[in-house]
Amino acid sequence: MERAELGHLIDVLQREGREVVGPIFRNQAIDIGPITTEADLPIGCVDEQERATYRLTRNGSARVFGFSEPAASFKPYIFPQRQRIAAFRREGRGFVDEHHEEPIPRLALFGVRACDLAAIAILDRILLEGPYVDESYRRRRESCFIVAVNCAQPGGTCFCASTQTGPNCTFGYDLVLTELHAKGNHRFLIEAGSPDGLEILEHLELSEPTDDDIDFARRQREHAADSMGREMNVHGLTELLNDNTQHSRWDDVASRCFNCTNCTLVCPTCFCATIEDTTSFDGKQAERWKRWDSCFTLDHSYVHGGAVRVSSRARYRQWLTHKFGTWKEQFGMLGCVGCGRCITWCPAGIDVVEEIEAIRGSDEKVREEVDHG
Amino acid sequence: MHQLTEPAVDVAPSPDVMLPHRFRIDKYRKDTADTFTVDLVPVNPDQPFMYQPGQFNMIYIFGVGEAPISISGDPATAPKLVHTTRVVGTVTTAMRGLGVGHELGIRGPFGRPWPTDHARGHDVVLVAGGIGLAPLRPVLYHVLANRSDYGKLVLLYGTRTPADILYQRELQQWRSRLDMEVFVTVDRATPGWRGNVDVVTTLIPKAPFDPLNTVAMICGPEIMMRFAAIGLLKRGVPANHLYVSLERNMKCAVGFCGHCQLSREFVCRDGPVFPYDRVRDLMMTREL
Repeated sequence: MERAELGHLIDVLQREGREVVGPIFRNQAIDIGPITTEADLPIGCVDEQERATYRLTRNGSARVFGFSEPAASFKPYIFPQRQRIAAFRREGRGFVDEHHEEPIPRLALFGVRACDLAAIAILDRILLEGPYVDESYRRRRESCFIVAVNCAQPGGTCFCASTQTGPNCTFGYDLVLTELHAKGNHRFLIEAGSPDGLEILEHLELSEPTDDDIDFARRQREHAADSMGREMNVHGLTELLNDNTQHSRWDDVASRCFNCTNCTLVCPTCFCATIEDTTSFDGKQAERWKRWDSCFTLDHSYVHGGAVRVSSRARYRQWLTHKFGTWKEQFGMLGCVGCGRCITWCPAGIDVVEEIEAIRGSDEKVREEVDHG
Repeated sequence: MHQLTEPAVDVAPSPDVMLPHRFRIDKYRKDTADTFTVDLVPVNPDQPFMYQPGQFNMIYIFGVGEAPISISGDPATAPKLVHTTRVVGTVTTAMRGLGVGHELGIRGPFGRPWPTDHARGHDVVLVAGGIGLAPLRPVLYHVLANRSDYGKLVLLYGTRTPADILYQRELQQWRSRLDMEVFVTVDRATPGWRGNVDVVTTLIPKAPFDPLNTVAMICGPEIMMRFAAIGLLKRGVPANHLYVSLERNMKCAVGFCGHCQLSREFVCRDGPVFPYDRVRDLMMTREL
């Protein structure tokens, strides 16, 4: 597909009645937001990401996807930060259901990286494939069309090659793009991953890729896999973390962590949510709102009498152990997709790769020993 | 994993597990200074509602919120529900303010039940601390209703003071039966108390049951459950015959909200009743 067709693809998706959301330039960062024309895409933007560091520059390049993973993930579009899940009206000594499900937008998620595709697959496993189904998530999820993009430019905090969730898209998309940009040649390789994707292809002006195109794409993929900013040994993480609940590193990281919840908010797989109850002034209407929650808050583990995880140490341990250890026991997969956002956006510069390595690298191995009996 | 895309209008709504069913308070009684019991009947009489001993419901109070509360009634009388509740937070405080005829919302039943199947053919020892008797009461009803399926039935019950003893009239009835044993103790005696004074675990060595052929179900504060388990193990009850019921923060009760996690376990879905040997290490780790 020629570069010029990219705008056409966006048009076709919109003509199909879809709202297109993808990477846009906003607040000095690449965010996810509405895209109506290709000019909304952050063309020529290059990001630099390191622990607690995010810098965006325009380098004048014509590259459309010359940046690594955006600051935000697509999670808010399938799992909203805040949504009304119930509404009741008081009637006598009882109440009646007044909830009207808001219409679910038909979205096209545009420019989804492999890490974020893997994150969506993880949320699917949790919210759709267990004994219960999250209806709101299902409806949102099923009305999404996904245009993925193979990552050519991993960032400084990326480690998806280690978590085996990238940088190439292998499943979970309707269409996948590979940007080919070299020597004045600017084209996209476009492949369909579903019947719906194939249908969209029929509306585009396409030509067969040349052997050179395919070779270029292959080399670009290999290069991306080799240029991860970070590397993590994910072998035996569940045992490692479960065997080290009393490691001194937890105290060390707790002394740096602000409990600000940033890591959980930028994480594309964190799914914790709480419910807020509200009433109208006259007390006749009541609503229930679901909103994102974080295991870094005291409220998260509150039972009558107080929180279970009182210390910052216990809360950080919960987050890291869940993401890299117990998640596998719960859902058969790692809870981390290696997108590196938690490293970039931690104001204290805490790096999960380093924390894991610190525990793996020490000889200390401490489970709490029974304090009585 | 990959979902086909469909227009939103074609996505048929299906029953939402987050929506409560309406139940009406049919009976209300105050048990102790800080506990009360409600009998509930479904507003829609066609509402099927079956549950097993040890399961819990999310109880919704209009405009206030939801709380997970164990079912403490007789499963044979479903869909009638009985909940004994201690007043500890905003939801339970508001719930205490309701009376007969008021409605509340019920989502459930949720969670894994007490092992009434595993216990069949065994002596059944119930160790309850405080409000922990409420989630165990359905087991008592079940065993008494199927008496020949089980060996000895022993209830060991401890509360803080005599005034905190739940279900006093029923306890007296159970105590008068020849096919079960009831032992009660209090942490602190008050004038007029002539019974045991000590923690509930001190009842374990004297209770009449055959340790090797016993299934024990323990419910109470976590520290009490830990010591009760240790006492039962010392008596010789096999570790895989001990069960505990755990409590954690819950917002959804279906494994979506993340709050009830105890290491790998979702207490709402994998519990609240757990085989002790599965969660022993987790219970021994502080702040997990």
